[in-house]
Amino acid sequence: MTNSAKAENALEVTDLSVAYRVAGRNRAVLRNLSLTIGQGEAYGLVGESGCGKSTVALTVVRYLPRNGSITGGTISLDGQNVMKLDAEALRRARAESVSMVYQDPGKALNPSIRVGRQLTEIFELGGISGQAATDRAIAMLNRVRISDPMSVMQRYPHQLSGGMQQRVAIAMALANDPSMLILDEPTTGLDATVEAEVLNLIAQLRQELSASILFISHNLAVVSNMCDRVGVLYAGMLVEEGPTEVVFNDPRHPYTVALLRCLPRGGQRKDQGRLDTIPGFLPGIGADIKGCAFADRCALADDRCRSELPPLYDLGGRLSRCFHHDKAQALPRATPSDVAPVPRAAAAPVLRVTGLNKTYASHGHALRAVKDVSLDLRPGETLGLVGESGSGKTTFARLLLGLVPPDAGGTIELEGKALAPRLENRSDDQIKAMQIVFQNPDSALNRSHSIRHLIGRALKRLAGLSGKALEARLNDLVRSVRLTDRHLAVKPRQLSGGLKQRVAIARAFAGDPRIVVCDEPTSALDVSVQAAILNLLADLQSKEDVSYIFISHDLAVVRYLSDKIAVLYLGRIMELGPSEEVFSGPHHPYTEALLSAVPKLDQTETARIRLDGEIPSATNPPSGCVFHTRCPRKIGPICEQQEPPLSEAQPGHSIRCHIPYAELARLQRAAVTEPA
Amino acid sequence: MTLFLLSIMVFLGGQVLPGNVGRAILGPFADQRAVDALNHTLGVDRPLLAQYWGWISNFVQGDMGTSYIFRSPVAPFVIDALGNSMKLAAVAFVLVVPIGILGGVVAALNLNRPLDRIISLGGLSVTVLPEFVTGIILILIFGVWLRWLPISAAWPRDAGFFTQLYYLILPSLPLFLVLFGYIARMARSGMIEALDSDYTRTAVLKGLPWRTVIWRHVLRNALLPTITVIATQTGYLIGGLVVIETLFRYQGIGSLIFTAARGKDFPMLESGILTIGIVYAVATLVADFLYSVLNPRIRLGSDQ
Repeated sequence: MTNSAKAENALEVTDLSVAYRVAGRNRAVLRNLSLTIGQGEAYGLVGESGCGKSTVALTVVRYLPRNGSITGGTISLDGQNVMKLDAEALRRARAESVSMVYQDPGKALNPSIRVGRQLTEIFELGGISGQAATDRAIAMLNRVRISDPMSVMQRYPHQLSGGMQQRVAIAMALANDPSMLILDEPTTGLDATVEAEVLNLIAQLRQELSASILFISHNLAVVSNMCDRVGVLYAGMLVEEGPTEVVFNDPRHPYTVALLRCLPRGGQRKDQGRLDTIPGFLPGIGADIKGCAFADRCALADDRCRSELPPLYDLGGRLSRCFHHDKAQALPRATPSDVAPVPRAAAAPVLRVTGLNKTYASHGHALRAVKDVSLDLRPGETLGLVGESGSGKTTFARLLLGLVPPDAGGTIELEGKALAPRLENRSDDQIKAMQIVFQNPDSALNRSHSIRHLIGRALKRLAGLSGKALEARLNDLVRSVRLTDRHLAVKPRQLSGGLKQRVAIARAFAGDPRIVVCDEPTSALDVSVQAAILNLLADLQSKEDVSYIFISHDLAVVRYLSDKIAVLYLGRIMELGPSEEVFSGPHHPYTEALLSAVPKLDQTETARIRLDGEIPSATNPPSGCVFHTRCPRKIGPICEQQEPPLSEAQPGHSIRCHIPYAELARLQRAAVTEPA
Repeated sequence: MTLFLLSIMVFLGGQVLPGNVGRAILGPFADQRAVDALNHTLGVDRPLLAQYWGWISNFVQGDMGTSYIFRSPVAPFVIDALGNSMKLAAVAFVLVVPIGILGGVVAALNLNRPLDRIISLGGLSVTVLPEFVTGIILILIFGVWLRWLPISAAWPRDAGFFTQLYYLILPSLPLFLVLFGYIARMARSGMIEALDSDYTRTAVLKGLPWRTVIWRHVLRNALLPTITVIATQTGYLIGGLVVIETLFRYQGIGSLIFTAARGKDFPMLESGILTIGIVYAVATLVADFLYSVLNPRIRLGSDQ
């Protein structure tokens, strides 16, 4: 294949159907999917998990799992029919014209081969070997902005951070200048700042290279920033397609409308109304679908929708598979938005932490995971903990729960009484007053017990109930997390991720806790499920007056639920204040950088502040202000020599920075008005 | 530590065995005084702790004591027998490791096809058959019926390397059959995991030829867990041969221990078992070492 005779489209998928063989039956995963990606175009494919996004990618490179088969349609890459290629031609196509980068770069790189070797073998395929291949590999690593390629080449993948690993994977994918680059959730699982870096890199590379991009993500905001056109996939069918801004700002399919409403946007907060949700579930793979696949979950659906498959209507440069595309945005809300405002009396803090420290010993070095943290939390309040991985969020939560003892000196007070540092020395009342909901409900719930047993046991242990009282409370609790009786008899594996998380929440609420620590409770969930869980948490809070400590890397989610924010960096509080003030600023330069790293749906691209390098090691933190090595607003030697105090800039709003508050305000106002 | 515990267990086990040492050696009609005198000479009338201390302190200095039956130092017997066992083990090892791995790899590459079924099922069936069953069947087929191989492993005096090898083939076959299933199964599951991994997908999607993908990317990661299995089985190859050695009348350490146990020859018994313990420990150590050499994640740790 020569590059001079390029086909009109980089990728043409026509009427593609793919099925997975499960329990002896072929089950449809993709149903008559058609899409085209022009030369140099970036096309985004979005949808919830299980809708067939990754299957599209794997079919294009002909790498379906063993039980998968293409049951119809054609795929043409650069004018070449991928289905008709023999093994050798397919191998050549993979070597020369299509590359793929996927989630979890730690697994995508071979653990027992040095990075350099994994790169040079690609050049060897093209007949370049020895020093020439090494030089090309170094050039490639330079291209993905790896500053020290020689030493990276000598390392094994596990010696690199996640962001670096993904850069290496991208370098490998781009090594042969492919005409088509498939990115399947390339930044999922990376920290927000690292995600921003990787996305930035991809955007820059797009301008340098000619590759067309198929970008698959569940994150609508990421897709909206990266792609020219976007397709929305539902149950293996394209339900809407069009230019990115048009689709996201003026969606014409109820599913797209509903997905967008699930996201907390534009600084929405819990007291401004509930998030909308999507009722019901995605049809299982291979489900027999008559009519519109979304009809069961759609409030606009009528009899025609349920019996007749809507065609893809061409609405002038965009497509929508909906009979009611003209009134899609009038989709009634599935969840009423009204919330009764809770008048909150100024009560005494339920939790007061003073001077909390935690030092781990790591290979003979002291690792200060949490340093001098003081804060308090009132009943019914949510404290959001924000910061990159390794900033001490989880350690702080574990200290509160008594899972690890803090260093001597600091105190944790619960409702005015000092808590013992270790869980085993705390009273039953104190233990049940503080509970946790984990990120992954799969590993938090014992899979061999029924839901009734799981919640019942928590009630017995935490609330000390038995017999009739237990039964009554169990039913109450189950209803309050919106589970039904039929869920009680089943085992966790029979429930979806969202339902399992409800069980975990019910378990945490069994003993009428005062404080619930939520450690990334929605990170593993789809947006529609996330919205339902966030609504649930907000409702429970207003009803029970419980306080949350909410840890999440998703700042929009933190903002939605939190009254107060603590920004952590290397175990230190860099900024602490009311949610609105921390988010709207003026804020600490680190907060500023974190916020600017978040891809936003509303494409008001401001000058993005890039954080260079990685979070320094906590065993050897930088001198002075720990953030000075990465700070875009560093003012001079004082930052390297003196650690700034956490000083109160406004009542209740503290910032740990040498730059005075008024000066921060001026600098950050200037950044917003500055043209991108 | 394990060896220390083993030494205590061996010692106590030896003591628990019924019968009086002097009586066993001198026979039922010997005078009681002669028996007592012999027991005293042998030191078996001392307190247990003293006996244990005397035995173990000599053992660590390389003195395995004196055989009750042969009235001569134990060490040459044990070393001789260990040498013989190692020869047999080596033959079986050289046969089973490559073939077992190959079988597992081939099975994984033909997953759920007839070849995979044959290798997996066949390997499993011969593994569950005890070696005395397969041993007797093999003797009948190759030794008695076909007359291709000698039925006894005891080669003539002054036999050269190849003659010895010739005599060792038949006894090593039952061992081969027992181990083949284990090794092939481990290799197969390691391969399946590696073939399904993301890094294999990366390698395939790079456009590397299938053979390069397998040799460079899959095999090394796939066979790491197999190494551990092989090492523990090496211990078995040397220590677990009582049946085979008896069946083929082979002077290995298994039959040595068996004879010693029957004759209540405690120094011989204890030294033999402890020697096997040491072999096990060394084999495991070598496996851990190999594993860490082949696995950069263990060798280099993490920088972060």
